[in-house]
Amino acid sequence: MPFGNTHNNFKLNYKVEDEFPDLSKHNNHMAKVLTKELYGKIRDRQTPSGYTLDDVIQTGVDNPGHPFIMTVGCVAGDEESYEVFKDLLDPIISDRHGGYKPTDKHVTDLNFENLKGGDDLDPAYVLSSRVRTGRSIKGFTLPPHNSRGERRGIEKLSVEALTSLDGEFKGKYYPLKSMTDAEQDQLINDHFLFDKPVSPLLTCAGMARDWPDGRGIMHNDNKTFLVWVNEEDHLRVISMQQGGNMREVFKRFCVGLKKIEEIFKKHGHGFMWNEHLGYILTCPSNLGTGLRGGVHVKLPKLSVHAKFDEILGRLRLQKRGTGGVDTASVGGVFDISNADRLGSSEVAQVQLVVDGVKLMVEMEKKLEKGEAIDSMIPAQK
Amino acid sequence: MAGSFTRMIAGRNGAVLLASLGAGTMATGFLMSDNPLAAEVRTKLYPPSSDFPDLRKHNNCMAKALTPAIYGRLRDKITPNNWTLDQCIQTGVDNPGHPFIKTVGCVAGDEESYEVFSELFDPIIKDRHNGYDPTTMTHPTDLDASKITNGVFDDKYVLSSRVRTGRSIRGLSLPPACSRAERREVERVVVMALAGLKGDLAGRYYGLQDLTDKEQQQLIDDHFLFDKPVSPLLTCAFMARDWPDARGIWHNNEKTFLIWVNEEDHTRVISMEKGGNMKRVFERFCRGLKQVEQLIQERGWEFMWNERLGYILTCPSNLGTGLRAGVHVRLPNLSKDTRFSKILDNLRLQKRGTGGVDTAATGDTFDISNNDRLGKSEVELVQMLVDGVNYLIECEKKMEKGQDIKVPSPVTQFRK
Repeated sequence: MPFGNTHNNFKLNYKVEDEFPDLSKHNNHMAKVLTKELYGKIRDRQTPSGYTLDDVIQTGVDNPGHPFIMTVGCVAGDEESYEVFKDLLDPIISDRHGGYKPTDKHVTDLNFENLKGGDDLDPAYVLSSRVRTGRSIKGFTLPPHNSRGERRGIEKLSVEALTSLDGEFKGKYYPLKSMTDAEQDQLINDHFLFDKPVSPLLTCAGMARDWPDGRGIMHNDNKTFLVWVNEEDHLRVISMQQGGNMREVFKRFCVGLKKIEEIFKKHGHGFMWNEHLGYILTCPSNLGTGLRGGVHVKLPKLSVHAKFDEILGRLRLQKRGTGGVDTASVGGVFDISNADRLGSSEVAQVQLVVDGVKLMVEMEKKLEKGEAIDSMIPAQK
Repeated sequence: MAGSFTRMIAGRNGAVLLASLGAGTMATGFLMSDNPLAAEVRTKLYPPSSDFPDLRKHNNCMAKALTPAIYGRLRDKITPNNWTLDQCIQTGVDNPGHPFIKTVGCVAGDEESYEVFSELFDPIIKDRHNGYDPTTMTHPTDLDASKITNGVFDDKYVLSSRVRTGRSIRGLSLPPACSRAERREVERVVVMALAGLKGDLAGRYYGLQDLTDKEQQQLIDDHFLFDKPVSPLLTCAFMARDWPDARGIWHNNEKTFLIWVNEEDHTRVISMEKGGNMKRVFERFCRGLKQVEQLIQERGWEFMWNERLGYILTCPSNLGTGLRAGVHVRLPNLSKDTRFSKILDNLRLQKRGTGGVDTAATGDTFDISNNDRLGKSEVELVQMLVDGVNYLIECEKKMEKGQDIKVPSPVTQFRK
């Protein structure tokens, strides 16, 4: 909750064992890491804006998780959460991001020229290409914690920045609050409109408060560059288009991001970033690049091959249904994207997608001809 | 507070923090201050006008009562348990409501919410409780069941009778605000007290966390088990946090006296049985409540209650008696008559489906209960329910014989 949860000090009157959550039936990163001792050690801390340990973990307490799917189970309320609660978040980050250490440095590389290839993915198989990331604006608290005043401040700044873009980025902002029916229908048909979060992972973290106040969507006239304001992060930036030219998508992504960042900096509100964690976002799973670059690709034969999941794992890629996270694939079409976020750069992650998808399309073609693909299975990247 | 704050930002950690923020002077000032100064800085950065919720599409009591002026005066106040106005109203901001159904749109986090934020709660209470003015009126409490007359209904029509209320334990925060420790304390206090009940009230507690499959099935079959709240009215008010920690159900061996622990209130107390003997249901209700009260008082606890608002519960709609007395009654002829709603209105009764609030009726069986909660005593409300149901049954009997019925004149409101 916004600005000062001094209720925390009141809770300190109770013993640790009385306040410690029952995590015996839980399967998420937070539950794995949080012991009673650790809870006792850091429960009296608050970030400067008043975010507390219980705020960080509430979503993980309320959502025990699934035996097969390991969710993170905690969120940051502001930039300082990652520092103030590092005793909890560092081990979670390490667990979630392949052993990333508190002393590791994260490299940011948004120079699209460093990407090799990526403009020749076969459009007969690769139906669409997309890159997304998130950005948080310095000086504001994050969606789980911010007040209406802050959220509106973020929106105001974002609208100023986004509507000043020109060239291929020229576009319009649609606030959720005052959308006309016609605008709403169009945005739905374009697959741009985001809905009020219903997932308890998000609602239990306080991210749906005051909906739809301060929320909106900006997109360019060409409908290839899209920014969500105040959904799960301050900004979600998306570049997308039909077909397999990931190179063009990534170029637009990098150029657009840089332009936006410049404008925010001029207003005295750069993006939250540091050299250890890269870009700071609400969910620890999105730290680093916050980048998910992916394609919708037809792999009906490869996807039922016994080694499909192993191949994905070795290529450091993940599969999702065409509805996005937690959906099933339709007609053999999969959403294939990078699995990593932290510890490698944007260019490196998109490179993995480009190279991996290219290889998988070759495999699919081989399988179509009835040939084996065992010799093509790659080593672990 | 200041101690832990300065400890946190002193030394190397402090330097890292400030550096990573790229803090300007304003922000640095904010960080280096102790709480009162930080609050001042925040107030300058974000005056109440910047935080005032957009309630233009809202239809609930809170949206009607909250003005920018009231918000401005109350936003920076906190109760002794550090509960704020924004936390009280969050559920009303998140749930704009329905043009036909007026919800309350705010909750109390503790007993003191009703005092500290009285400038908002008083008009809401007046709106919701038929003009009851907490600044000038007092609420009568009367749990003497012997005063009820004609309280046994014809079993041919009344299938079951039930009375429920809620009770809060003074000194502990309410479900929207309570910490896990407080919630567990409520459970401890209540369960210990209930263990002292004897005779027809003797029973057992089932903690939701430790239910066996068999116990769970039994409670479902008895229609006793309550579920994790899914209604956004409750979830947006933070009442489902930490589920199912410290939630549970107690019932007597005869299954006629039941207590929910830590659902929407600290306790919900229910007396029920099949058939039409509302008098006996209410008698057991009053007896049970009095005994539970005595048992907690023996250990130095008491219920939240005051003269102005009666029993203090989470939702302002349940203040006063918190009492809903009702029956499941068959009214095949009357329910089809166009005057049915008007008759209920004048008798100060409401109809619900047999699944409870916001459900539809099945067949011609209705849940009929009292509308009012505050400004009349328990005895008065139960008597009104009894008189009302008797009247409905008379109408039904008349219609069976082909006779016509009359719409009764409206029952008088409190006049204090």
